[in-house]
Amino acid sequence: MNFGNFFLPPQKSTIAGEVDQLFNFINLVSAVILLGIVVAIVFFIFKYKRKSENDTTSLVDHNTTLEVTWTAIPLFLIIYVFIWGFQDFMKMRTTPGDSYEIHVTGKSWFWEYTYANGGKVLNDLYVPAGKPIKLVMTSSDVLHSFYVPDYRIKQDVVPGRYTTVWFEVMEPGESVIFCTEYCGRSHSDMIGKVVALEQSEFDEWLRSSGGKPEDMPLAEWGEKLYTSSGCQACHSVDGSQIVGPSFKGSWESARQFEDGTSGVVDENYIRESIINPSAKIVKGYPPVMASYDGLFSDEDLSAIIEYIKSLK
Amino acid sequence: MASTSKERTLTVRHFPVDENPTTNYLNATKGLKSWLTTVDHKRIGLMYLASVIFFFFIGGMLAIALRLELLTPAKTFIEADTYNKIFTLHGAVMVFLFIIPSIPAALGNMFLPMMVGAKDVAFPRLNLASFYIYIFGAAFTIYSIAVNGIDTGWTFYTPYSTKTGTAVIAMTFGVFIMGFSSILTGLNFIVTLHKLRSPGLTWGKMPLFNWALYATSVIQVLATPVLAITLALLIMERTLGIGIFDPALGGDPVLFQHFFWFYSHPAVYIMIVPAFGIISELIAVFSKKRLFGYWFIALSSMAIALLGFLVWGHHMFVSGQSTLSSVVFSFITFFVGIPTGIKIFNWLATMYKGSIDMKTPMWYAMIFLFQFTIGGLTGVMVGALSVDVHLHDTYYVVAHFHYVMMGGTVFAFLGGLHYWWPKITGKMYKEGPAKIAAFILFLGFNVTFLPQFILGSQGMPRRYYNYVEQFTTLHQFSTVGTWILLLGFLIVAVYMVQSLRSGTKASSNPWNARSLEWMSSSPPVSENFAYTPVVTHGPYDFHKPLAEFQLGLAESHGHGHHETETVKTSSTQEA
Repeated sequence: MNFGNFFLPPQKSTIAGEVDQLFNFINLVSAVILLGIVVAIVFFIFKYKRKSENDTTSLVDHNTTLEVTWTAIPLFLIIYVFIWGFQDFMKMRTTPGDSYEIHVTGKSWFWEYTYANGGKVLNDLYVPAGKPIKLVMTSSDVLHSFYVPDYRIKQDVVPGRYTTVWFEVMEPGESVIFCTEYCGRSHSDMIGKVVALEQSEFDEWLRSSGGKPEDMPLAEWGEKLYTSSGCQACHSVDGSQIVGPSFKGSWESARQFEDGTSGVVDENYIRESIINPSAKIVKGYPPVMASYDGLFSDEDLSAIIEYIKSLK
Repeated sequence: MASTSKERTLTVRHFPVDENPTTNYLNATKGLKSWLTTVDHKRIGLMYLASVIFFFFIGGMLAIALRLELLTPAKTFIEADTYNKIFTLHGAVMVFLFIIPSIPAALGNMFLPMMVGAKDVAFPRLNLASFYIYIFGAAFTIYSIAVNGIDTGWTFYTPYSTKTGTAVIAMTFGVFIMGFSSILTGLNFIVTLHKLRSPGLTWGKMPLFNWALYATSVIQVLATPVLAITLALLIMERTLGIGIFDPALGGDPVLFQHFFWFYSHPAVYIMIVPAFGIISELIAVFSKKRLFGYWFIALSSMAIALLGFLVWGHHMFVSGQSTLSSVVFSFITFFVGIPTGIKIFNWLATMYKGSIDMKTPMWYAMIFLFQFTIGGLTGVMVGALSVDVHLHDTYYVVAHFHYVMMGGTVFAFLGGLHYWWPKITGKMYKEGPAKIAAFILFLGFNVTFLPQFILGSQGMPRRYYNYVEQFTTLHQFSTVGTWILLLGFLIVAVYMVQSLRSGTKASSNPWNARSLEWMSSSPPVSENFAYTPVVTHGPYDFHKPLAEFQLGLAESHGHGHHETETVKTSSTQEA
């Protein structure tokens, strides 16, 4: 019995199928119990409808056999469900020794992934399929939670400590990542994806570590970085105001800052605003942007500048 | 418990109910001042009732706004910041201003003393003080709305709540103050039930509504101080930077979650156990039958109240608490499920071979059974460790607790409100519109919240202003459901107002019940009973003549022209 297609997302991790079996089992038993209760209610309402105000009713108010039965059966069922949930939970919490480790930092409002070779990418997590992956996670500000519905895994990330989660993706493909611990204004835009690749493709990706492809124009690469690095959660490109100033038409425009000074949007201003966002706060906007220091190469920064230039 | 009592012989006589007393509690004294300074538990209960209905309206309108915004995946009509403030206020208003005081402070205040044959609660002035403390706390929360609102979610999780620029202090201080109202009401009820029961009214003859409120009061007194301490620490963290929750200062943000749920999980039982009490009354009276498993229902409420203190960690399976803690909390959680589930079987068994009269309150009781069963069974789902990892903080959890809190408590509250409406107001409501409204509310509730189970199991996170396209249809179903709910509540409001203005006069006991509140006029006289009631039968002994439930102590230097008799009562207290 599998309701998976309607009630649950696709099963893309090794644990997903086991979690779904318990989900389906509880649903099935619950449906039987609920149906029994509804049938009893409806039957009693019609069968024992009040005939007159002088109706007399049975004085029986307990029945030991009945009560023992309806205590014992649910007791058995819940212990069964507990043990089942416990066993799968232990699998989720026991990371295989040969796992591939990736460091994850939650920031308001994007995810940052650091690989063993020092390469960093944002929001889109690249992993090899068919191999256990261990994420060592922390937060640089408030609580976030790393949730991949397709994998049935979720783990809060907490500032000041590390939490871990592991999964193994069965086939190459993409799955959405949601933040599921409320973290402020753009909580619902803190969305990324896991991209599972064949081991060989992953190795190749890791070597190039997500840099700009040779033949791509700078502005186009800048646009890719804009969508994959979390910029779009706060900065629009259509002139609408989200959390921070819109990029549209911002190039060479004048800026008034909170400290009373003013300036013009040029290469140095954009670079500074990405690496040290709190240096100059545009009047009327909250000082909430996290620093991207060390996350972008010089080429990446140039690409973002070119992209902003192109947004007339 | 009851077996330890000693027997007494009392001289009693029958006191027929005066159906048309010259004054009642509503018109005994007049003017605003007589209300603001009243110590009559019924008047205080009525003021609570008006307040909680007002806040339910506010919280409900906020919910309508939230669902309207969620009609489309991106912005519909409000900004993300506004949305975040509205869902926070919806939760805080519904939990702290509506649902916690709803049944105990409003209906409980009115009927708990009457149902034990008392003239008032043990400490009437303290009771009035509780009400003013509640209003004072509520004023702070309204103030927090006026000054920029608050956007943390009703759970106030750190470190977001110590960093956000919104009115966290005003809101949490308001909740801190209201906590004292809750503690004092609980204390008042406990003492009332211990000390003011009428002669003959042993624990075993006490209506189950009172047993439920007794269990609730114990939780209120024991758990609420922990919330007060937690909120005080949060306020100190924000103002003084004491560093208990801030990791940068060596604190631990997860500690806040432990503190918060140590109160807020038992608080779930503050919200649902009184509902169990109402349902027990309704099913017994409208089935005209003794409750099946009286002692089980009475004592399981106490068991739930105590076990409820040991399960808070089930809100934190993915918070970063240790795996062992999660396992232990999951295990204990399942054991709370058992007594709760058995109550449902008890209620069904009560209906078996009963004489069932489907008046509106009984409709609400049946809707409660259906919806609360779903709420309970989905609680088993989220109590299962591996499945909860997937469902935690999704719409599944939102749907689950709304099935318990709204589908359970609010529908029980509506059932209780209709059941006691004639007693409170002295007027009958119209059964026809009331049943139509009950059906519309049932429909609206399920259209609103059933799709949220599916949204959640598909992976839709809660507290999301924007959502991905694939969830649109189910979100729209849910939004339409809130409009149906709105229509249902509108009908209730219309016929209730109509009943107040021109409803037919209610008799003292329109449902032919047996508990003591029905042995006084509708509405009751100020002192409830002009005599000291004496109880010889159980609260659900419908086979005994009504007159035997209207006995009172015969005055020792009596006038002799009344027929008196003597009864033996077993008593656990002195008159």
